[in-house]
Amino acid sequence: MPTTNLNAFERRLLNDFQQDMPLSPTPYADMAARLGVSEAEVLEALASLREEGVISRVGPVLAINRVGASTLAAMAVPEPRLEAVARLVSAHPAVNHNYEREHRFNLWFVATAPGEAELAQVITELERATGLDALVLPMLQDYHIDLGFELQWN
Amino acid sequence: MELNVRQRRVDSTGIDAHDRRLLEQIQEGLPLVPRPFADIAGRLGMAEAEVIARIERLCGEGVIKRMGVVVRHRSLGYDANAMVVWDVPDTRVDALGQCFARFPFVTLCYQRPRRGARWPYNLFCMIHGKDRDAVLDKVVELTEACGVGEVRHQVLFSRRCFKQRGANYRRGCP
Repeated sequence: MPTTNLNAFERRLLNDFQQDMPLSPTPYADMAARLGVSEAEVLEALASLREEGVISRVGPVLAINRVGASTLAAMAVPEPRLEAVARLVSAHPAVNHNYEREHRFNLWFVATAPGEAELAQVITELERATGLDALVLPMLQDYHIDLGFELQWN
Repeated sequence: MELNVRQRRVDSTGIDAHDRRLLEQIQEGLPLVPRPFADIAGRLGMAEAEVIARIERLCGEGVIKRMGVVVRHRSLGYDANAMVVWDVPDTRVDALGQCFARFPFVTLCYQRPRRGARWPYNLFCMIHGKDRDAVLDKVVELTEACGVGEVRHQVLFSRRCFKQRGANYRRGCP
């Protein structure tokens, strides 16, 4: 969606509440009060932004590895097999991100599981299903403090 | 498969079973209703005030990095996204990770293990930009500002996104 299609109220909704969502019983009414609109307008706008795929959710961004176990992994997939292998990987319920990237290791995915043993099992299942070795790259240290993303409108 | 579990700095102290059930309920998003925490509380058999207090505590402990609107960058014209990987001397990795992470266009920055000759890179950062040139300019900016001109690195632009959703930590999920 081109950013020009967003009105000033929607832009502020996207920019101002990536981290400072009020944790009160009525967060949407509080957001509305700060923006000078009604609670119903905030709820409608958020629902339609979610519907259009501009936002994925209103909710938490979790620190990885603090709840359950997760890892980044990559496979070097022969080009003719890429779509089929990507489908197999995406179909696994433990996989939540799966991207093609420009590299010999051309398929990159994140797998999450309740614990380390289950995570190792997921990787084994994906290697068996695809017949390919996975490069397993768990996070060792997180340097980034997530403050959301500063959007530039022009 | 090489998972190197012992290398990982996992800290889930202070998270109890109620917290886990709460995170399961909210990780895909809060309901868009006037009293979202009361709605969640009803599903869990908790009081609304307890739901809010637990979320505040989880934010304070860093289990929840932030609560709010989660924007999809691609939908707003941030079409170029690159994972930049660096082969940084182990003695400099923390300092350089912290240097990279200070830039607003770096949206993730992690140390990960090397995997021999197959994969020599140990520092990863994610950069979003409106186009490829914008991303490459930012890589140059990082290189100059953090003094890593001599450090081997690669820029892996994303092509297709096959799957993207919130993490799913549920035990026994289908």
